[in-house]
Amino acid sequence: MKRAVFKNRGLPYLLVLPQIAVTLVFFFWPAVESLRLSFFKTSPFGDKTFFVGLENFQKLLVSPEYYQSIVNTFVFAFGVSAIALGAGLLVAALATQKVRGLAAYRTAVLWPYGIAPPIAGIIFLFIFHPSYGVLPYWLGFVTTYEFNWLLKGWVAMTLVIIATAWTHVGYNIAFFLAGLLAIPASVLEAASVDGAGSIRRFRSIIFPLLSPITFYLLVVNLIFSFFGSFGVIHAVTQGGPGRATEIMVFKAYNDGFIGLNLGSSAAQSVLLMIVVIALTALQFRFVEKRVIYS
Amino acid sequence: MSADGAVAASARIEALPRVAEAPRRTRLDWGAVAVHALLLLCVAVIAFPLYYAFVISTQTVEEVIARPPVLRPSGHMFQNYVDAWTRAHMARLLWNSAVVAVVSAVGKIAISMLSAFAIVYFTFRGRMLCFWMIFITLMLPVPVRLMSTFEVVGTLGWLNSYQGLTIPLMASATATFLFRQFYLTIPNEMAEAAQLDGAGPLRFLWSFLLPLSWANIAALFVVLFIFGWNQYLWPLMITNTEAMRTVVIGLEGLIPRSGTELPTWNLIMAGAMMALLPPVAIIIFMQRWFVKGLVESEK
Repeated sequence: MKRAVFKNRGLPYLLVLPQIAVTLVFFFWPAVESLRLSFFKTSPFGDKTFFVGLENFQKLLVSPEYYQSIVNTFVFAFGVSAIALGAGLLVAALATQKVRGLAAYRTAVLWPYGIAPPIAGIIFLFIFHPSYGVLPYWLGFVTTYEFNWLLKGWVAMTLVIIATAWTHVGYNIAFFLAGLLAIPASVLEAASVDGAGSIRRFRSIIFPLLSPITFYLLVVNLIFSFFGSFGVIHAVTQGGPGRATEIMVFKAYNDGFIGLNLGSSAAQSVLLMIVVIALTALQFRFVEKRVIYS
Repeated sequence: MSADGAVAASARIEALPRVAEAPRRTRLDWGAVAVHALLLLCVAVIAFPLYYAFVISTQTVEEVIARPPVLRPSGHMFQNYVDAWTRAHMARLLWNSAVVAVVSAVGKIAISMLSAFAIVYFTFRGRMLCFWMIFITLMLPVPVRLMSTFEVVGTLGWLNSYQGLTIPLMASATATFLFRQFYLTIPNEMAEAAQLDGAGPLRFLWSFLLPLSWANIAALFVVLFIFGWNQYLWPLMITNTEAMRTVVIGLEGLIPRSGTELPTWNLIMAGAMMALLPPVAIIIFMQRWFVKGLVESEK
């Protein structure tokens, strides 16, 4: 930070006060409280709390349900990221092939970002609906397998992954377009002159140049899928069938709000905090790298 | 930071329609035709779910459950939208969502501008501490402070209130960073000149920085509005009365869960169309600001 022009004793504190107040009251206090609660256990009627040390964490780490929620979270997060990044790169690469109408295409693919994932989930819920949906109907022509998300866990998981990826693909397209358009045309022309075909150019030049932005987007997509995915699960599958779509955030909410197991819910929040810190650190390492190379 | 690169890149997107124009050719370019075909296919795949939802929202229940599925709009659109509107108390839900989206976006922008201004233009004890405190909020999303935030909001008596729905969403590290970045690009001479003219810091903020910031404010507003409109976990947690629900949550009440209910998917889709229209329209009509806000606020 280079500058400081004005001199005033009280004013700067007054200016940062609103933000610091909101931060302290709604971020720091609850986070510290979560940390504290994670070492306590609440009696069944919620009237007493006992210090139990690391018991909440120990219980979680030996609980098969918690492991399943971790696995589900990873399947969900990597599924969403893979689809949203793959489709985003494909559309962005096509749109920059020197054809007319790029701006129109961009508008035509960007808008799903405005749709809340739970609403997207409701739309896909109907598309996947076992008796009325169009997808099981079409699939019925090729196979007799019953794609019923109410009975088959992987179908439910596919449903929420596709719905979430749908809302997020426009975001990735916006960033990939920015990255692709920043590649100097002269580099690509030089490669053409050397006889590289369009696929070769993409593999050897475009993709390596895009890799920092891809990595950055991967981290952002993962953070989004880890923490922004509660709504779609809550609105569509409620974690079911069984526990097939119970992801970590949903379980933390369910155990706390519905199961009233405050200690365990707080311990889960603390474990989630470790995940965000790791992902944010990754994200900032990338930003630092870009600063060095650019 | 890499903001300059991103700005340059987004500036290039803006300039696209001209840059991307291929030279006119007399004979048909099959490569371009293939690219267009693939792009149109992608657009169709991306648009299909929304088209399908719209089609369902115009049908009667009989058409909705018909086999084979009817994939063209029918004539009951008006009736369905009116039914969904009254049954889900849509006016109230949409109003609540609008309040949350607008108030939280404006609040975030206002308090972020002030704190970024203090951090860039003043030296004071605890300046770095404030900066880091704001930065660390990035690592504390709602899920990591679930139950405890609920308790804090309860202690303040803010459950089921607009304060509770909006104020806790207002701390935003990304908006603060964006303004900080922007202020750092403004030459020092400007503040010094303003001082020579006898303008105090608040005068400088109001008459010099604010007018220069409109582009950033507009871009940020679009992104934050969509973020606020689409909140789910937060309003779900701290509201439990129909009157305070936002539309994204209220919609779920229209889904028939038990087998005995009539499968009124046409009404759900009508509700979904109304809930998604405002943010989608904002992206389409304010696309320039949206892309700018998206690319720049994620730094």
